[in-house]
Amino acid sequence: MKKLLKYLKNYKKELVFGPFFKLLEAIFELMVPMVMAKMIDKGIAGNDSGYIFKMTGLIVLLGICGLGFALTCQYLAARCAYGFGTELREALFSHINKLSYSGIDRIGTSSLVNRLTNDTMTVQNGVNMFIRLAVRAPFLVIGAATMAVMIDVKLSLVFFVAAPLISFVIFVIMRKTVPMYKRTQKNLDRAAMLTRENLEGTRVIRAFSRQQEEIDEFREAVDEIADSSIAVGKISAILNPVAFMVMNLGIAAIIWFGGVRIDNGRLTQGELTAFTNYMTQILLALVVLANLIVIFTKAFAAAARINEIFDIAPEESGDIEAPVSEDRHFIEFQNVSFTYETAGDCSVRDVTLSVGKGQTLGIIGATGSGKTTLANLIPCYYRATQGEVRVGGVSVNDWELDSLRQVVGYVPQRAVLFSGTVRENMQWRKPGASDEEIISALRTAQAWEFVSKLPNGLDTLVSQGGKNFSGGQKQRLSIARALVGRPDILILDDSTSALDYATDLAFRKALRAEMAGTTVIMISQRTTSLMEADSIIVMDEGETAGIGTHEELVESCPVYREIYISQMNSKEAGANA
Amino acid sequence: MLKTLKRVFSYARPYIGYFVLTVLFAVLGVSLSLAVPIFIGRAVDCCICKGMVDYDELKKIVAELAVIVAASTLFQWLMSLCTNKLSFLTVRDLRSDVFNKLERVPIKYIDSRTKGELTSRVINDIEIVSDGLLQGFTQFFSGIITIIGTLIFMMTINIRIALVVVLMTPLSFIAASCITKAAHDSYMKQSKLRGDMVGLAEECAGNQKLVKAFVYGERAEERFAEINREYGKVGLKATFFSSMTNPTTRFVNGLIYAAVGVMGSLGAIGYSSFIGKMSVGKLSSFLAYSNQYTKPFNEISGVIAELQNAVASAGRVFDLLDEEEVPDDSDKEQLTSCTGELRFSHVNFSYDPEVKLIQDFSLDVKAGERVAIVGPTGCGKSTIINLLLRFYDVESGSISINGKDISDITRDSLRSCFGMVLQETWVFTGTVAENIAYGAPEASREQIIAAAKAVHAHGFIKRLPDGYDTVISENSGLSQGQKQLICIARIMLMDPPILILDEATSSIDLRTEQRVQRAFAKLMEGRTSFVIAHRLSTIKNCDVILVMKQGNIIEQGSHEELMKNKGFYSELYNSQFAS
Repeated sequence: MKKLLKYLKNYKKELVFGPFFKLLEAIFELMVPMVMAKMIDKGIAGNDSGYIFKMTGLIVLLGICGLGFALTCQYLAARCAYGFGTELREALFSHINKLSYSGIDRIGTSSLVNRLTNDTMTVQNGVNMFIRLAVRAPFLVIGAATMAVMIDVKLSLVFFVAAPLISFVIFVIMRKTVPMYKRTQKNLDRAAMLTRENLEGTRVIRAFSRQQEEIDEFREAVDEIADSSIAVGKISAILNPVAFMVMNLGIAAIIWFGGVRIDNGRLTQGELTAFTNYMTQILLALVVLANLIVIFTKAFAAAARINEIFDIAPEESGDIEAPVSEDRHFIEFQNVSFTYETAGDCSVRDVTLSVGKGQTLGIIGATGSGKTTLANLIPCYYRATQGEVRVGGVSVNDWELDSLRQVVGYVPQRAVLFSGTVRENMQWRKPGASDEEIISALRTAQAWEFVSKLPNGLDTLVSQGGKNFSGGQKQRLSIARALVGRPDILILDDSTSALDYATDLAFRKALRAEMAGTTVIMISQRTTSLMEADSIIVMDEGETAGIGTHEELVESCPVYREIYISQMNSKEAGANA
Repeated sequence: MLKTLKRVFSYARPYIGYFVLTVLFAVLGVSLSLAVPIFIGRAVDCCICKGMVDYDELKKIVAELAVIVAASTLFQWLMSLCTNKLSFLTVRDLRSDVFNKLERVPIKYIDSRTKGELTSRVINDIEIVSDGLLQGFTQFFSGIITIIGTLIFMMTINIRIALVVVLMTPLSFIAASCITKAAHDSYMKQSKLRGDMVGLAEECAGNQKLVKAFVYGERAEERFAEINREYGKVGLKATFFSSMTNPTTRFVNGLIYAAVGVMGSLGAIGYSSFIGKMSVGKLSSFLAYSNQYTKPFNEISGVIAELQNAVASAGRVFDLLDEEEVPDDSDKEQLTSCTGELRFSHVNFSYDPEVKLIQDFSLDVKAGERVAIVGPTGCGKSTIINLLLRFYDVESGSISINGKDISDITRDSLRSCFGMVLQETWVFTGTVAENIAYGAPEASREQIIAAAKAVHAHGFIKRLPDGYDTVISENSGLSQGQKQLICIARIMLMDPPILILDEATSSIDLRTEQRVQRAFAKLMEGRTSFVIAHRLSTIKNCDVILVMKQGNIIEQGSHEELMKNKGFYSELYNSQFAS
C-alpha cells in the first residue's frame, strides 16, 4: 500500500479536508442528544416553550450543517478515490507496456488483466471508504464515550464493558467465518468447473450415455454448497442479534444504575435519555467498523498484488535506431543459449547461424524443441542468456527496442484479432497504412477473397477475440496484419496450421513473389512447407541437430531425414519424386 | 415479474415450513425489539429526579426489558437460520434442475451458445437469485413489519405526533428517489465504461506479447487513458450521487427527530391541547422510534434494486428451463446387437434452412468397412457424425443401423454402438484411471492398463507423478497428444463395434502423432470406422472416401477411383506435395 501512496499526492487537500468535514459532521451529530437532553431538562422542567423552540431550531440547524459537511466530505472522498484510481491505472497500464516478455510470464496475462481492473477498483474503493468512514466510526465511538464520561463518569463504565464485548463478538465471528466463506467459494468454483467441463464434453457424455452420473456428481457438489453455506450462515447469523442484545442489555444496565444516580441527584432524566442514545450510536459505529476492516483487508491484498507488478523492472533498451545495414549476415546468432526464468534447463543451447537479407530460414523440430523460443530471440522478445543475436550487424541489446520491433512482422501461433474494424486491425504494424497497402497484404495472405466479400469490407467490425471469423480466416488476417508496410523481417510461427494445403501453397507462392526483399523466418512441422527455404535449422531438444538446405539435410542430418521419411512414407513418396 | 417471482417461490414449496417459521420469527423478533423503547420510556419515567425514583417499578421494568431483549435476540437468530435454510436449499434444487436441463436440451442449443454464458446462468445468475430474491425478500418483509410496528407503537403513545411523523415520511422517499434518479444515469454510464475498460484491458494486457511485437504500446496507452479518464469522471459522479443517500436520509431523520422532540416537549409542558399530555419517558421512547423509523425505508429501497436484478437473473434461468427437450425415447426398441452395418438413404439436412447443406446423400457401409471424410476446413465434415449419433436429426431420408432406422431405437442404445474420439479432446478433472474408465466405470485396473498399453499411452502415464492415480484436468499440463491418447484408450476399453475418429493432429508433434496414428490403427482393426481426415496421408486405405466441400458431398469413391476422376480430391491430394 505504501508504494501506491504516491498516486495520492495530487489529492492531499481531499485527504485532509475529507475526513475533517466528516469529523465536523460527527461532532454535530453527537451534539444532538445533548441538545435534546437540555430541552427535556430545562425546557420541560422549566415549562419554557421559548427555550424548547430555540433548541429545536438548534437541532435543525445542526442537521443542516451536518448535511452540508457530510456532502462535502462524500464529494472530496469520491474525487480523491477516483482521481487516485485513474492515475494508478494509467501508471500501471503503462508500466505493463514496458515489461519484458519474461516479466509478463512471471505474472501471467490473465492475472495482469485482473490486477489492472479489479484490484485497482478495490483499492480505489478502499480509499473512498477510508476518507468517509475511517475517521468517523472510531470518532463516534470515542466521542460518544467521551460525552458519556462528561455526563457521568461512573455510569459510563457500562460503555467500557459493552463496547469491548461487542468488539470481541465481532472479532470472534469474523475470524470464524472468513475461512468458511472461502470454503463456500471453493465449492461454488467446483460447481462452475463441473458445469464448464460438462458443457465442453456434451458430445462425449451423451455418446457414453453418462448424463445421469453427471447429474449425480453435480448434485453432490450443490449439496456441498448448500451445506457449507448453511454452516457459515449459522455463525454469521449470530452477529446482529447478539450485538442487539449486548446493546439493549447495556441500556437496561444504564437505566438501572442511572436510576440510582438520579435518586442520588447526580444525574438528570434528560441526561439519562442522552446516555441511552450514545449507547446506540456506539453499537452502530462498531458494526460499520467491522465492515470497514473487511474492505481494508481486501484493499491491502489488492494493493500488494498491484505492487508485485510495479516491482518488476521495465525492459532495458539500447539506443541505436537505424543501424548500419549488413546484408550478408542480416540476422546472425553466435553461440546463443537461452533459459526461461521459470525453467531450470536451457530451451535453446549454443545456436550459431546466419541469414542473408531476403533469404528464408526454416525452423523445424518436435513440439518443445525450442523453435518458437529461437525465433523470439530475434526481435529481442526474450534476451539471450548467453551469446549474441545480431540484426543488421548490431547486437539486439544495443537496438532501440521499438525500432527493432518495427522492422519485424510477427505472426503468432495462435491468431488473435482485436476489436475494431478489419482496417484498424490491419493498421497495427503501420499506423495510417493506406487501403492499397492493406489490400495488397490481404491478397498475399490469401485473405482478400473473403474480406472483399464481407458486406462492409475493410470496415467490418471484428468482435472481441475475433469470434465472428473462422479459425482459418483469423489466421490469414493475422498473417496479413504482419505484412502491412512490408517488414524487413517476417516471422511465421507455425502460422498456417488452420489452412488447407491448397491455400497454404498459394500463400507461400504469393509470399515469394510479393515480398522478395523480406527475410522470412518460417517455423513449421511439415517438411513440405520448408523445402524451398534457403536454409533450414533442425531443432532437437533446444540444440541444433543440423543446418542446411533440404537436400543437404536429407543427406547429412539423421533427425531431419527421420522427420522427412516419416511424412513421406505416410503420404506417398512417389508423388514427390 | 410476478410470474417469475411465483415460479421462484414454487421451488421453495418443499421448504414451506421454513418459510412459515421465518415469517413467524420475523414478526415475533421484530415486534419484541420494537417494544424495547416502550420499556425504556417507562423506566425513564420511574426516575424523575433526586429522591423520586420508584425502585420497585424500575426493577420490574428492567427485568422485563432483559427478558424481552433476550427473547427478541433468540427469535432474530432463529429467523436468520430459517431464512438461510430456506434460501440455500431452494437454490440448491433450482441449480440442480438447471443442470439436469442442460443434459436434456438438444445439442443444437448448447452449440448455439457460449459455454461461458451457460455456465454463468448455472452459477452467477442463481447466486444473484439467492442473494436478491430470497434473502432480499426476508429483509423486505422484516422492513415492512418494522415500519408498521413502529407506526403502531408510536400511535399508542401519541396518535397526533405519530400522524405528523407519517406526514413527514414522503420527504424521505422524495429525497431517496431524487438521488436514485440522479445517480442512475451515471451508474449506467459507469458500468458501460467499466465494461469497455475491462474489454480493452483484456485485449491489450491479455495479449501483451502481441502488443509489444507490434509496438502498439503507446497507441494502446492512449486508448486506455481515454476510457480510463472518462471512467474516472463518470465514476466520481456516480459514487458521489449514490453516497448522498445516507447523509440525506440522516438529515430527514434528524428533521423528524426534531419535530418529535419539539412536539413531545410542548406536550410535556401542556403547551398545546392538540398534542395532549406526555411524559418525559414517553417522549424518550418516541424519540427512539423516530430514530429507527427511516432506516427500513433506506434498506427497502436498496432491496428493491437488488430484487429487480434478481428477477432479471431468474428470468434468464427460467428461459433455459423452458427450452425444448430432446423427446423421451425410453419406450422405443433397444438395439441389442450391432455388427456395424450402416445405410444412409436420401438424407437431407441443414443447420440453417436458408443454407442447404447435405442433400440427397446415400451410402451403404458394410460391417468392417472404413469410411473417410475429407475436405477443407469448415466444410461440415462433422455434420455426418452429428447425424449418425443423433446429436441432430435428419430432415428427410433415413439412416439405419443393422437394418433398423435409428429414429426407431433409443438414443442410448444407438450411441453405445459407437466409440468416438473427437478433435477437441475432452478430459475431465479426475484421475487418469477415471478418465480412461469413463465409458466403463466398472472396469478393473488391469483392464484399464491393458487399454492404455494397447494405444501406447501406458509409457507416459507411468511417468506421471502418481501414475494412473494422477489427477488431471483440461489445463493440467498434459500435452494435446497425451490427452488424445487418453481419449483413445477410453474407447479401447469400451470395445464398440463402430468407430468415429476425428483425427486432429495439427497441434501434435511428429513423434506423438505417430503414436496416435498407431493407436488409431490398432483401434480400427476389424471395426466399421469413420475417419475425419485432416491429412490425406492416412486415409488411402479406406474403402470409401467422401469428399466434402461447402457442406456438400461432391465426390465419393475409393482413393484410386477418385484419383482417376481428376476432380477436387486429386487436386487436394496433389497440392500437399507441391511446394
